[in-house]
Amino acid sequence: MSASPTAATDDDRERTRREALCRYVLRLGDTSLVLGQRLSEWIGHAPELEEDLGLANLALDLIGQARLLLGYAGELEGQGRDEDALAFLRDAPEFTNLTLAEQPNGDFGRTIVRQWLLDCWQLEMYQALAGSADTRLAAIVSKAVKETRYHYRFSSGWLVRLGDGTEESHRRVQVALDELWRFTAELFAPDEIDESMQAAAIAPSLTELASRWSSRIDADLASATLARPAAQPYPWQGKRGVHTEHLGHMLGEMQHLQRTYPGARW
Amino acid sequence: MSDDWPLFEVFIRSRSGLEHKHVGSLHAADARMAIEHARDVYTRRSEGISIWVARSADIVASDPEEAEALFEPARDKVYRHPTFYSIPEEVKNL
Repeated sequence: MSASPTAATDDDRERTRREALCRYVLRLGDTSLVLGQRLSEWIGHAPELEEDLGLANLALDLIGQARLLLGYAGELEGQGRDEDALAFLRDAPEFTNLTLAEQPNGDFGRTIVRQWLLDCWQLEMYQALAGSADTRLAAIVSKAVKETRYHYRFSSGWLVRLGDGTEESHRRVQVALDELWRFTAELFAPDEIDESMQAAAIAPSLTELASRWSSRIDADLASATLARPAAQPYPWQGKRGVHTEHLGHMLGEMQHLQRTYPGARW
Repeated sequence: MSDDWPLFEVFIRSRSGLEHKHVGSLHAADARMAIEHARDVYTRRSEGISIWVARSADIVASDPEEAEALFEPARDKVYRHPTFYSIPEEVKNL
């Protein structure tokens, strides 16, 4: 009996596992990067100097997470692409962020609603991933989860303030919530990558995550006197590279310098 | 919005420091937001491990007009400084 067919199968299996892990880490990194870029669009425009700094701090945390995650994804990919190549030299269909992250800032209330929905998701996700079988990923998220706890404190605080604030602020965040809610189904819709990572004990079960996310969301909405929109089951496919038209415009600005002057440094 | 938000004074205790030191002031809607703003504005470079905030309006200050009456009398009482006492050799860490 020859050993080589089994060895080849093992190699194949290892390659498939590595590719799936690469995709998985890339998705996490892309979501942080795109959300961080969106937040940084507020710099110089926030309603208060203090909020300007606050949003910039959040953006920096997220871009820091993206650097670690994209760097790891690049290593797993093994094609010599580093974090910068992945961030600045890919086109929109190659980005695998959650569709919610790329939605435009709108007014301050809308930015807060988007942030809060994703903070709740990242908080549950990172807490679960801290126990991942992949130790490198576990180490990255263990740092990120501390940052995310603060992000959640910031965004949930503002959500309650605006929701339970004036008539106008309540109206605005409720409208933003109603508009952004359709992107939340994707947060917990597993595809084959999620399933294979869960089977390998690298990623948590999205179904369990969804119920914890949902109770946190309901509790905050009650404090903010906001109504939970009706479930909209159609999941967007941002993590598979199918995006709304907004991502391309955002990348146009984000990648402008590297695309115009390839390899520019300063 | 700043017109509606009260001013808070911010005090930070550094990693090595024993006391909170006044570092500046900022606007916030309430105490919770003031702590968050203070964290974002004044501890970005790991300056602190504890934050106090207090409404500026709640701080009672001495009147500069009364500075003479309050502080001048202490000026010529140099004997209040402990430099006139010789310290016995047995006493350490004074």
